[in-house]
Amino acid sequence: MLKRLLATAGLILAALAGVPAAAAPALELPIVFLTRAEEPPLPLSFVDPVVEDPGVWGARLAIKDNQTTGGFLGHNYELVEVTVPAGGDVAAAFAEQVAAGSRLFIADLPRDDLLALAQHPDAAQTLIFNSRVGDDDLRRTTCFPQVFHTALSRAMRADALVQFLVWKKWTELFLLAGSTEGDRAFAEAIRRAATKFGAEIVAEDSYAYSPIARRTDSGHIQVQSQMPLATQAADDDYDVMIAIDEGEIFGEYLPFNSYAPRPVAGTHGLVPMSWHRVQEQWGSTQIQRRFTEVAGRWMEERDYAAWLGVRALGEAVTRTNSAEVATLRAYLRGPDFALGGFKGVGLTFRPWNQQMRQPVLLVNKRILVSVSPQPGFLHQRTPLDSLGFDEPETDCALQ
Amino acid sequence: MRKGLLNCVAALACAAPLALPAEAMTIYVSNEKGNSISIVDGDSLEVTATVEVGNRPRGIALGKDHRFLYICASDDDHIQVMDTESLEIVGTLPSGPDPELLVISPDGKRLYAANEDDNLVTVIDLETGKKLAEIPVGVEPEGMGVSPDGKTIVNTSETTNMAHFIDADTFEIKGNVLVDQRPRIAEFTADGKEVWVSAEIGGTVSVIDADSFEIKKKISFSVPGLQPEALQPVGVRVLSDRSRAFVALGPANRVAVIDAQSYEVLDYVLVGQRVWQLALSPDEKQLFTSNGVSNDITLIDVEREKARKSIPVGSYPWGIAIKP
Repeated sequence: MLKRLLATAGLILAALAGVPAAAAPALELPIVFLTRAEEPPLPLSFVDPVVEDPGVWGARLAIKDNQTTGGFLGHNYELVEVTVPAGGDVAAAFAEQVAAGSRLFIADLPRDDLLALAQHPDAAQTLIFNSRVGDDDLRRTTCFPQVFHTALSRAMRADALVQFLVWKKWTELFLLAGSTEGDRAFAEAIRRAATKFGAEIVAEDSYAYSPIARRTDSGHIQVQSQMPLATQAADDDYDVMIAIDEGEIFGEYLPFNSYAPRPVAGTHGLVPMSWHRVQEQWGSTQIQRRFTEVAGRWMEERDYAAWLGVRALGEAVTRTNSAEVATLRAYLRGPDFALGGFKGVGLTFRPWNQQMRQPVLLVNKRILVSVSPQPGFLHQRTPLDSLGFDEPETDCALQ
Repeated sequence: MRKGLLNCVAALACAAPLALPAEAMTIYVSNEKGNSISIVDGDSLEVTATVEVGNRPRGIALGKDHRFLYICASDDDHIQVMDTESLEIVGTLPSGPDPELLVISPDGKRLYAANEDDNLVTVIDLETGKKLAEIPVGVEPEGMGVSPDGKTIVNTSETTNMAHFIDADTFEIKGNVLVDQRPRIAEFTADGKEVWVSAEIGGTVSVIDADSFEIKKKISFSVPGLQPEALQPVGVRVLSDRSRAFVALGPANRVAVIDAQSYEVLDYVLVGQRVWQLALSPDEKQLFTSNGVSNDITLIDVEREKARKSIPVGSYPWGIAIKP
């Protein structure tokens, strides 16, 4: 109670101080990057790097970008990095940071941890940027006023991919999905996208083989004989196989090993992504170079989403000259906010669920194949709203 | 600064009226993907030569006496110098990594280049070819402008979203003006009183008072049937008498015609796809646009405000410079 009173008093003081803004004192802007220690997942391909520290480098680079701008305006940004140990209490870590005066958070966290933050009583005084979780229910049914999403939702990925396949007139899809919870959710997003854009799931199967070690002598012999068996459900009566394997168990083995000679797309083959090293368009050369220079590796999706979160906050502070959560939130949700994210258009937030609108890259991990939204998929507001859950499709109506 | 240069040319032309044939000019176009410069004859409006240059040529500018064309070879991390008579590359200048745009001071002695990787503006002495100074600015410096009197440099930084006004003697920043997202081009008016800054993602052009550093007007664009995010202002040119200004609108495939006194947008001229940079002929009767995606340049009749002809050049035309 006392804390809330103090916070309210702080708001009033700041509001008073904000009136003669011309000679405003410097703003202190700590941004907390909150993550949990985890074993890095091993990709099936040895070409894909094992990323030890995804996310944090994006926040570090964005803080540098903010600091350069802030240096001209008297805005002092600081990145506070908090890593909760494997069995640690993320809610306690969050509360500790709030008590220490931090209000702005980048949540590079799995779903349960993100929910622990979003549902925490202290959350009301904060802004939390989800830079990792793509779950569609967090954009459709379970929305939180203090949570903004810079990570892509699965629906945005699925819509981006299916739009491209429809543009290609490759509309008969064979959906082969793994059995994890994430796989099932992504498969559902693909079904929804197919209905939405006029493609057809002509056959479905689930991949139920157990994981095999990525290093085995003569492993390819089994892969070469198993994959045609696992991919016969549609015979050859389809255009594209949609492989859904978020856990890196089998997807990489499918291209060229499928029963029918068909291209593979989904989590492998042609992949819808928010960011990848192959992206060099729209001035990305600069951010790719800057990132590699500081991080010593490529920028991954979690880095990009964290970068977007920190930069979105920086942009809101720059334009409003405020560190107040309510002011920043209103600006981020409003029509004047737009962030340059190296994708050719300004990135904005959907006010109903606070998902960042963004073009989705379609990459084969060697080259950029295309970028969605595709030509011809129109929308009365912006073509970007053809990706993911549009306002009438969600129960969320954040104010 | 190009404006300043054009002023000198205009002054020369005024001193000897009609001495110069109106169209005896040469147009240079950098082809970003083609790694070449297309050379277009101003009379026949045809490509007369294509010169292989460095990797990813983007911003180009002519020196004061038009002898040399300076080319940002972005992927080679330096500036190339092409002799406009022999059409040979005769040297390179240090620019730092990934140079994109450059301008030359009105006295022809200095070259200013934005160095996006290191957040610096690089100042090069064209007589010695050496670096004179590096000026720290915002994140991803891009557009460069020089006042007609040469005393002020303006740089725009794409991620910081500012126009930085820099004293050309002390190399110190005199003012920072916050503009809209991803500012690309800074263009002084010929009288030196205004700087026009285009913001590609913000979709606006800010007209900044060059003395007070205040935004006098923010110009927005709207074309029926086009999504607002397709309207991405990049190249800007203002006529010397400030009667008209022209703004290239990128993927909107149009050039906006603006009353440069009232700042009202009068018309949109359809040109080629992804129109990027603009250049005026010395007599300011013709405006050329580079159209990246359609691989051509378009000639706009400035008086009639109509597109007259499109000329195929190389792959992904980017920068334009015109030699009288």
